Amino acid sequence: MNARLLPLAGFVLLLALLSFGIWWSQHHDLREVPSPLIDKPAPAFSLPLLYDPAQSLGSKELAGEPYLLNVFASWCFACREEHPILLNQGKRLGVKLVGFDYKDEAADAKRWLAQYGNPYDVVIADLPGNVAIDFGVTGAPETFLVDAQGVIRYKYISPITPDIIATELQPRIAALKGAKP
Amino acid sequence: MIRQLTIPICALLAALMMSAAFAAIDPLPFKDRAQELRFQELTKQLRCLVCQNESLNDSSAPLAADLRRDVFAQMQAGKSDADIKQWLTARYSDFVLYDPPLRGGTWLLWFGPFLVLLVSAMAAVVIVRRRAAAATNTPPADGRSTNDTEDDW
Repeated sequence: MNARLLPLAGFVLLLALLSFGIWWSQHHDLREVPSPLIDKPAPAFSLPLLYDPAQSLGSKELAGEPYLLNVFASWCFACREEHPILLNQGKRLGVKLVGFDYKDEAADAKRWLAQYGNPYDVVIADLPGNVAIDFGVTGAPETFLVDAQGVIRYKYISPITPDIIATELQPRIAALKGAKP
Repeated sequence: MIRQLTIPICALLAALMMSAAFAAIDPLPFKDRAQELRFQELTKQLRCLVCQNESLNDSSAPLAADLRRDVFAQMQAGKSDADIKQWLTARYSDFVLYDPPLRGGTWLLWFGPFLVLLVSAMAAVVIVRRRAAAATNTPPADGRSTNDTEDDW
């Protein structure tokens, strides 16, 4: 091999590495924290209902059928982006949609849901944020698909899009329903 | 006029910056100085999940404050640093550690730089040897080096 071409080869190699890096960062969210909880049992929890704090709902009551846990908050700006999609498609998903109000004052959350609409079958409130830490929540919105056995099957960070519903959520929900009708 | 205002404005800015710095620190009732130092040392090794270029020790994000509180509570309960890290990685994966453990998925991270160093050292050795060979094979005419590769570079 001609030694003159070595610097060029090195440069081409660096260029390839750079292009790969650019491609990679466009197809992956580098800030996304991978969840070690996928395919593991969801943490045991029990939280007060937003609209009836005297009552609580938890992993025990939710066991038996799959549910979608959607982390939201009135302070969360990106949640407004996701909200109309949940309002439109939430009921058609075929699973219980559980709203998880994260580190939010009850009055603020209620006002927010009154203003933008309430897509949830039930809303639980985690004001101190402890259950969220058990779920590995890093912010809002985040969405967890939990199966009938209480195992986390899927997690999505950032606002849900119709595309994500069609390509990621619906096939998984269909598979869960097929496995246990 | 402007010059007269400079000092008060600087003082104001400094005060604002200092208040921002203090806001990131929530008072925790440490048992003693040793525990406080241990807490500082541990939280410096943990990554804030919200502001990912900050450590848990630096960050003023609400989640970081919650995690500091939990780390503190576990310290009070007598958990070791390894226990606390394990508790965190069970929730947030190795991402939360600034110092990732050596295992299957991270060997490239640990040894990649040495691999690059090795490959470049080998390339350097090959180039130097070739040049040395070229220099001895062609005896210098009229007293100066006629090593053509050297002139080209």
